[in-house]
Amino acid sequence: MTSRRTKAAKTPADATASGGLAAFATALAAGAVEIVDLTQTLSPDFPTLVLPPELGQCTPFRIEEISRYDERGPAWYWNTITLSEHTGTHFDAPVHWITGRDLPNNTVDAFPAQKQIAPACVIDCAAAAAADPDFLLEPAHIETWEARHGTIPAGCWVLMRTDWSKRDAGAYANLREDGAHTPGPSPAAIRLLVEKRAILGFGTETIGTDAGQAHHLDPPYPAHTILHGAGRYGLQCLANLDRLPATGALVVAPPLKIRHGSGSPLRVLALVERKATGGAA
Amino acid sequence: MTAIHKGKRQGYEGVAVAAPVTVPYRRYSINSAHWWIGRALRGLVDRAGIGPGDIDGLSVSSFTLAPDTAIGLTQHFGLSPRWLDHVPMGGASGVMALRKAARAVQAGDCDIAACVAGDTNHVDSFRRTLSTFSRFAQDAVYPYGSGGPNANFALIMANYMGRTGATRADMGKLAVAQRDNALAFPHALMKKPLTLDDYLGARAIADPIHLFDCVMPCAGAEAFLVLREDIARDLKLPYARILGSIERHNAFPGDAIQERGGWQRDLDELYGMAGLKRGAVDFVETYDDYPVISMMQLEELGLCKSGEVVEFVRASTFTTHGSCPHNTSGGQLSVGQAGCAGGFLGLVEAIRQLTGQALGGQVKDAKAGLVSGFGMITYDRGLASCAALLGKA
Amino acid sequence: MTEPLTPPKRKNPLERTRAPLLPSAIRSRTAQMLTLAAAEGWFALPTCLDCGAVHYPPRDACPKCLSARIAAQAADGGGRVAAETAIRTSTDPYFRERMPWRIGTVVLDAGPSVIAHLHGDVRAGDRTRLEWKLDKSGQAVAFALPQTETANMADDPQLREMTLDPKFRRVLVTDARTALGQAMVSALSKAGAGIVFAGLAEPWKPAPAREALTRIRGVEIVPIDVTDTDSVNELAGEIGAKVDILINTAEHVRPGGLMERKGVGVAREELEAGYLGLIRLAQAFGPTMRFRGADGANSACAWVNVLSVFAQVNWPQFGAHSASQAAMLSAAQSLRAELRPGGVRVINVFTGPLETEWYQAVPPPKVAPSQVAGATIDALQRGLEDVWVGDIAQDVRSRLAANPKAIEREL
Repeated sequence: MTSRRTKAAKTPADATASGGLAAFATALAAGAVEIVDLTQTLSPDFPTLVLPPELGQCTPFRIEEISRYDERGPAWYWNTITLSEHTGTHFDAPVHWITGRDLPNNTVDAFPAQKQIAPACVIDCAAAAAADPDFLLEPAHIETWEARHGTIPAGCWVLMRTDWSKRDAGAYANLREDGAHTPGPSPAAIRLLVEKRAILGFGTETIGTDAGQAHHLDPPYPAHTILHGAGRYGLQCLANLDRLPATGALVVAPPLKIRHGSGSPLRVLALVERKATGGAA
Repeated sequence: MTAIHKGKRQGYEGVAVAAPVTVPYRRYSINSAHWWIGRALRGLVDRAGIGPGDIDGLSVSSFTLAPDTAIGLTQHFGLSPRWLDHVPMGGASGVMALRKAARAVQAGDCDIAACVAGDTNHVDSFRRTLSTFSRFAQDAVYPYGSGGPNANFALIMANYMGRTGATRADMGKLAVAQRDNALAFPHALMKKPLTLDDYLGARAIADPIHLFDCVMPCAGAEAFLVLREDIARDLKLPYARILGSIERHNAFPGDAIQERGGWQRDLDELYGMAGLKRGAVDFVETYDDYPVISMMQLEELGLCKSGEVVEFVRASTFTTHGSCPHNTSGGQLSVGQAGCAGGFLGLVEAIRQLTGQALGGQVKDAKAGLVSGFGMITYDRGLASCAALLGKA
Repeated sequence: MTEPLTPPKRKNPLERTRAPLLPSAIRSRTAQMLTLAAAEGWFALPTCLDCGAVHYPPRDACPKCLSARIAAQAADGGGRVAAETAIRTSTDPYFRERMPWRIGTVVLDAGPSVIAHLHGDVRAGDRTRLEWKLDKSGQAVAFALPQTETANMADDPQLREMTLDPKFRRVLVTDARTALGQAMVSALSKAGAGIVFAGLAEPWKPAPAREALTRIRGVEIVPIDVTDTDSVNELAGEIGAKVDILINTAEHVRPGGLMERKGVGVAREELEAGYLGLIRLAQAFGPTMRFRGADGANSACAWVNVLSVFAQVNWPQFGAHSASQAAMLSAAQSLRAELRPGGVRVINVFTGPLETEWYQAVPPPKVAPSQVAGATIDALQRGLEDVWVGDIAQDVRSRLAANPKAIEREL
């Protein structure tokens, strides 16, 4: 696919014999490839997107026992869960936004399997977001990053690291009288990534791919508007981005195959070469 | 109300009352009411020297027969009566059963009527009887402290004492005299002498009712025969005659609280039938579920002048050999209250007194006795009042 | 003179909790004609609709004219105590634990004599005011109160068996985030509640009320979200044994009927916060409350549901919400039966549209949250079961009784 991916696959191949997957399996078994879980735990306590109360709301995660080794089922334990497609760590399909509603294969069930594993570029905005919860990722930040790590290749996930996932629930939602204050991309930054870099999608640690105050931007909700209008994807509520290298990680992000779905909660994993970990900057 | 002329009561000529039977009481019994009634029937048959098949009339009084009534007992006991009655009227059972049976015998509906009252007393049966005694009790009394009749009569007694000036010592006098009488009666459950100090010092049950105002629920049975006088003579059975009798129910519904029973409404007829002056009897057997009710009866039944009962109580001894012999076997206060049999106790004792068969003290030259019944407190008052004058044959 | 209630001592956790007992609940169906008056707190007597005679105990035919047309009608509860007794021996386990128990014969000015429970400040010969109260078994009983207020009158031990006074009791208000919840918390504190547990859902959301709540005497803020089973269970695990009164203020009011709403999402939210929330609370808190029905001066005693009066008859403008409230009302009736063995009363407070955000477009009269809180405290102190707050609620109640088909068309 991309040159970077080819390059990344080379290292384990050096250590073993030949054959990409076999080499990968060997590297995995040897611990040379670490799997980092980028997923938040699904729990009723985890904040959800807050909209004006007269609008439809994001269904929070709820869990009800079906049975627990009791009269409802003597030897087994299982639950019914309820949640929206956009609760917890989740994936946004293009159809989620009105700009993507007429695109082909725009629903979550049509997300090609071939794209469900893709490399990731991680842009570290943690310090800036800590200083300013309304921090916006601008083209200049992307260009600075590229100067150090190379141009962002086409077809990859760009993940915006803010360390937001480390906050407690209140600071995570960070609601004030005028709404949520959380970092996100500027319209120009998203435009650059989508139009010039041809990324697969954009991922954040916050509740949305957009900043908390993104309704004031032009266009409002630029990440949603531009990404999905261009048939690209979103990942939200990611965790552990600080454990990924700036480049070189492979993200495994297969959403549930929901017919005509707009998105899906999912488990997101990142494959990281051990010697490359901890180096994101 | 339209003016309807009240008819004249017929007398009880040709009717005999005989064979007084008591099945000795027990505080608690593991037997059923059926067992107790069976023992009483056997007692009647043995005493009269007849066979069970000779009983052609049956009157049953019981609270603890459920789910049976009198009809079930015919098959239970192998009887084929041609007259049957069920009189579960508590303290009025005895006189009411007597009156009905006497009329049946007089009319030829039966020749020998066995009148039986019997109740058992299981450990929990008193509580269960109270909680299901009547609909009004369920709806409007039992949920108020569940004190049973004690609480009801406490209210009546408190009001009575306030109105008449009667004191606890006056009530105690009746209870103490009855105990004296009971000490001679072999079937009394209470066998220890009672002093007025004992009475006054007893623990409160429901003020102003104290322990010795209350009867002791127990198991037991009482019975007698009502039969044609000629048969009684053929059988050589000592018997008494019925001189007169009355009953009245819910006599004064307008009274805010019970201050009188109902006897006074029909009292002239009672004594008139017998050709007796008011109060001209040799002994009196009242229904003594509480002494206050006995006081009410003594006054209303004409043993003293109206409004002078307190003075009368203070001036009389009420012992078998004293003045105004009263409850000569000890009454329920000393013998025990065996459910509906309590309503038979005075009547059975009166038959004994008038036939010279007293088991305890015998009233000298007893020619006429007054038996009164009272009871069925379904809400706030005893509804039934009745009385019979019995005479020596 | 009634001894003032003293704050209950801390419970020895090693001591056995006394099992709740109930007075006899057996009543004839006819006698139930007085239960509504007791539930709503007004005095009534069985009255002949033909000859006008009043009587007691309730009968199936008029004892004056034998008419069968008898109904409980408002009457004067004034009367005189003709006789009193203190019962010191009872065959009933409930009363045995509460001896001596005072009762009396009250001769009503209206005529009938009524055997009644006596307040400690009422003696034989006194004038009295008779009220129907609900006892621990939930049945209507006559209670003779002093003619005029006496010192510490509410603290009379016999009266407290009928009432649900929040004084010294620990109360959970399930949702204190709303204006209603805040009014309830503050009214309870003023009424002398020992602790008011003020529930706040979604602690990650700002709660402007939080600071004001913490300043109220006796308030402890607790996390609870009635839409989240785990959250309800967790809180019950922490404070369940200390909740003497539970007041469910959780609400999710949205306008709209059935057809114009797209999908069932909002309806489901209404059910989650309402009907299912009630079930969650019942499962988490109910069993312990039922068990603690006789646990001393601060025994568990009451469960309050604040319901829209349109639980009784649907208001199409808030049609789906009315339906969810109807479900809650029905659930509350089940809860009433389920809590009864513990002597815990379920009170339904029916209110018209509140002076809150979701009824913004509804014209007055509307009910201030403080009015609902006040009515709830009053219901607890008097021991009521059904409360109708505000003009709209009263209006709906009257119209339903008069002609349920008319109001169905008029709403």
